[in-house]
Amino acid sequence: MLVENALRFLSLADANVRFVLFGSLLIGATGGLLGSFAVLRRRSLVGDALAHAALPGVALAYLWTGSKALPVLLTGAAISGVLGVLVMQFIINYTRVKADSAIGIVLSVFFGVGIVLLTHVQRVGSGNQSGLDKFLFGQAASLVDDDLRVMSVLAGLIILAVALFFKEFKALIFDADFLQTLGYSARWIDALLMGLIALTVIVGLQAVGVVLIAAMLITPAVAARFWTEHLHKMVLIAAAFGGLSGVVGTFISSLVPRIPTGPVMVLIATLCFVVSALFAPQRGVLARWRRQRHNSRRESQQHFLRACIELQEKLGTSRSLAVEELAIEMGLSPDRVKRLGRRLAAKGLVSSQDGRFTLTDPGAEEGLFVVKSHRLWEHYLYYRAILDADHVDRPADEVEHLLTPEIIAELEDILQREQGLDPARIVNIHGTGSHYRRGGRE
Amino acid sequence: MNSLHPIQIHDMTIAYHKKPVLWDVDLDVPEGQLVGIIGPNGSGKSTMIKAIMDLVPKASGWVKIYGEDYSQMRKIIGYVPQRESVDWDFPVSALDVVLMGRYGHVGWMRRPSKEDRRLAWAALDEVGMTAFAERQISQLSGGQQQRVFLARALAQEARIYIMDEPLAGVDAATERAIIASLVSLREQGKTILVVHHDLQTVTEYFDWVIMLNMRVVASGPTSEVFTDDNLQKTYGGRLTVLSQAAQAMAEQRREG
Repeated sequence: MLVENALRFLSLADANVRFVLFGSLLIGATGGLLGSFAVLRRRSLVGDALAHAALPGVALAYLWTGSKALPVLLTGAAISGVLGVLVMQFIINYTRVKADSAIGIVLSVFFGVGIVLLTHVQRVGSGNQSGLDKFLFGQAASLVDDDLRVMSVLAGLIILAVALFFKEFKALIFDADFLQTLGYSARWIDALLMGLIALTVIVGLQAVGVVLIAAMLITPAVAARFWTEHLHKMVLIAAAFGGLSGVVGTFISSLVPRIPTGPVMVLIATLCFVVSALFAPQRGVLARWRRQRHNSRRESQQHFLRACIELQEKLGTSRSLAVEELAIEMGLSPDRVKRLGRRLAAKGLVSSQDGRFTLTDPGAEEGLFVVKSHRLWEHYLYYRAILDADHVDRPADEVEHLLTPEIIAELEDILQREQGLDPARIVNIHGTGSHYRRGGRE
Repeated sequence: MNSLHPIQIHDMTIAYHKKPVLWDVDLDVPEGQLVGIIGPNGSGKSTMIKAIMDLVPKASGWVKIYGEDYSQMRKIIGYVPQRESVDWDFPVSALDVVLMGRYGHVGWMRRPSKEDRRLAWAALDEVGMTAFAERQISQLSGGQQQRVFLARALAQEARIYIMDEPLAGVDAATERAIIASLVSLREQGKTILVVHHDLQTVTEYFDWVIMLNMRVVASGPTSEVFTDDNLQKTYGGRLTVLSQAAQAMAEQRREG
């Protein structure tokens, strides 16, 4: 049975399957497209309120006309959805109720009325009444030829409008006041964008349902944001995620009878989101974690190099250093010091022999740079009287890894000018650099 | 009426939610000068420049730009809003932001032309940011973001520039770069209005200064009006009679 369904679906032989697939592709893609703008404009929950508020409109349109034709029902949905948003705007503008509460009020009241009306329709209706409930959770399989024609036209309009007004929407969301000063009406562009979001919601109602359509706005857009720093790419990726969720969601829900389409689509979109949040190359959680680990590794390696140089300086020799000596100097366990040393040896920054370490030339060079950053920063904090001498070591420990060569040059310049400090003397392995030692001047 | 003034403000009062924040502003801004607007927090500096550009409604009074209504003249005004007024995590590059300065010339539903792009690059170059053109704006430092905002205004090719705290929270190098740009704009005969917060640098940077505290305390050449007496009037006193009155009015309206 399952396999049979899957084959029937995948072969695309059945015309109805093709309608359903194309329909859910359109819905998902327009959802992602407009969702990107809705999310960036912080209007995604308004879309949610609008969707819930559309439900009584669907029921009333049916009660009034007795027709179940999609254009009739969607007109009802649009009217009551927009009415809901206007009521919400009114509450925000003319009472002290905040936006989130206003969204909550409108969403629940309209949805409640919608459920009551729907129940009423079920009870009194004639034989053909059932089917309105598909507007709750969506039933993509119920899309027919005529529905698809309506949806295609609407989706085409939405895509065209986004293409035409892309520049205006971008500027509106980034800086509406500035756009206004350029002579554009920010209010009209905002109204147009809101209208398109409303239209997108309405188009998706039958297939996804009022309860979850907002997720098809939000999830693909949020997932897409992880992959790019460019709005036009984000919009396209979101449309792709949305379309994918639409098609796969419809496919899965068609395998087993009576699984509503909306929840499955949303689950697929959520999967896109989870994968994006974890694995996206720059903004993803894993990438961040890897960067952090890289940084902390670099930090401890630089500590090791600095400890080598300062220890040699203290002892007044350039002999190799024992693990135990370094462990005391760095305040770490000998095991950890050994591990750090091995890693540095692998990079060719130190050479190790019989548990003792010697700096190689590149190692000494990097170590000197770290020592120099550390001491310059200590000096700067100390002389500028930002901190007492015995408090400067800790901040310098944190900062030394972050100072760029430009900042170092600037510090050298400041200290030389104001303190007559000779930069060359600050780092001096075998000399008497000792009065720059930890804890400030001696 | 002398219509040669770039900006002329007459008897302008602004109220937010019925609470007056600026009273009876009368100002003639002279042409070709670097003009500083100073005053304590909440003194109406930002409100005044937003009112000039019709971004906030006026309760009374009018503004003329070279003797014309603002709506006729918006193309000759360049605007640098406060840096904190936008979300810098928005997915666009520095160049995209600067190109927005050209949108007033591009027009509805059209794309920026080659010439627009060239001007955007030139503006980025002027503020020393060409190396960062393709960088996403959240990856710029505060000073670099401020330079991008300035470049966007430069791309507008305006005659009057209005800037809201362009030097707030920027590093020393950026401050020098921005001031150099402002001076070069003045040399081209442009008029620049700058909301400024650092009293130390007022005499060094500005030819003309407007001292504001819910009303215009003083306005004129810096050497004449930037005096201890006027500073005391602008910054002294915790709650001026004006702000007490405004508060009372707001409360009364709310009760009524």
